[in-house]
Amino acid sequence: MTKLHVTTTINGEAREYLCEPNQSMLDVLRDELGLTGTKEGCGTGDCGACSILVGERLVCACLMLGAEAQDAHIETIEGVAGESGLHILQSKFLEHAALQCGICTPGFIVAAKALLDKHPNPDETTIRYWLAGNLCRCTGYDKIVRAVQDAAAEMSHPA
Amino acid sequence: MTAFAYAAPTSVSDVLTLLDDHSRSGEPTQILAGGTDVMVQMRSVNREPRTIIDIKRLEETNRLEVGAEDIYIGSAIPSAQMQEHAELKALYPGLLEAADLIGSTQVQGRATVCGNLCNASPAGDSIPALIAAGAVCDIATASGSRELAVEDFVTGVGQNALATGEFLLGVKLRRPQASTKDAYLRFTPRTEMDIAVAGVGVSVSLDGAECVAARVAIGAVAKTALLVGEAAEALIGTVLDEASLQQAGEACQAAAQPISDKRGSAAYRRKVVGVLCRRALAVARDRALGQ
Repeated sequence: MTKLHVTTTINGEAREYLCEPNQSMLDVLRDELGLTGTKEGCGTGDCGACSILVGERLVCACLMLGAEAQDAHIETIEGVAGESGLHILQSKFLEHAALQCGICTPGFIVAAKALLDKHPNPDETTIRYWLAGNLCRCTGYDKIVRAVQDAAAEMSHPA
Repeated sequence: MTAFAYAAPTSVSDVLTLLDDHSRSGEPTQILAGGTDVMVQMRSVNREPRTIIDIKRLEETNRLEVGAEDIYIGSAIPSAQMQEHAELKALYPGLLEAADLIGSTQVQGRATVCGNLCNASPAGDSIPALIAAGAVCDIATASGSRELAVEDFVTGVGQNALATGEFLLGVKLRRPQASTKDAYLRFTPRTEMDIAVAGVGVSVSLDGAECVAARVAIGAVAKTALLVGEAAEALIGTVLDEASLQQAGEACQAAAQPISDKRGSAAYRRKVVGVLCRRALAVARDRALGQ
């Protein structure tokens, strides 16, 4: 099969790659671009481990073709930490022990960051509904929700 | 996923040409919008190789317009974009509620109501809501376009009225008067990330307190979502009191042809659809009264 040439922007950098027409965005990120922070959980859009931002939309990279990224602006977990270190959400996940095995964590961080960009002061219900598409089989979710609440508080009122 | 080719045309005529060329040569095609159903099916139930035709680069499918008379929702518009449109949300709160119930935040970022229609699941939440809202499908055809009432679009489980060579450009809605409001309610065991056991979309138009027009549609209780004319007839001319809501609910129960599966028995679905009908009507009535 003829490979497709795609030019796109990933984490603020212009990127181009060749991909098969049937390669998912998830497979392109991991296998062609070496961005392995984005995880594959279910491959059917149920677990959120492959959450990325396309434009301003949170999406599952497993439900998108690599070819669809042409001219898009994509953000992955690799783009969350800044020059000065971890993002507040990442620090709060560590502080609250909001992860155990860690496979869901990149998806949760990307999804939670999208939430806080849109709703800087979400209540607990909003957080739980927003993150309903991210599954974690270790933590029981409470620590994750607390970490997001704490990050939101610190981001709105920096210490 | 099985091997296929990918095309992302930028005009309606290019999509139609691709569909026509492939149909002549007998090669299967698949229209791709949000992909939240298509991608999953390509990995599981429908692994046949085909040419993917991505319709998200067309100007027409990216229209989300709320005009003085008409509303247009293009087939590339994801639910998340609809939810951000405050005016659309105020005019059709029920349709927006239904679309918002489909999948997670991630799925909402891609999934379209037109895709929900084309996928034609009996439990597709936006379908009863679109029927209640009186939506009309705008279908691109080789000879131009044709319109089809949304209740006639889904023809069976996973089947729709698109003929070979056609594709769905968008759905049209009338801009409703302030005294016309809709509502959608579904029942699921969990409040999120679940599929409807039963769903009811309603729209009522009031003159003062009197109901002068109504549409009631039921979902997940038959092979397709159904427009229940008898339920509307029970409402028109009333003040949408408890007795008329009860009658409309019974009409929904009579129209339902539910199956028993792991989500609920046929008898349970039939009971629930009547309850949801009454509750959705009360919500729509109160909205139309400005309460």
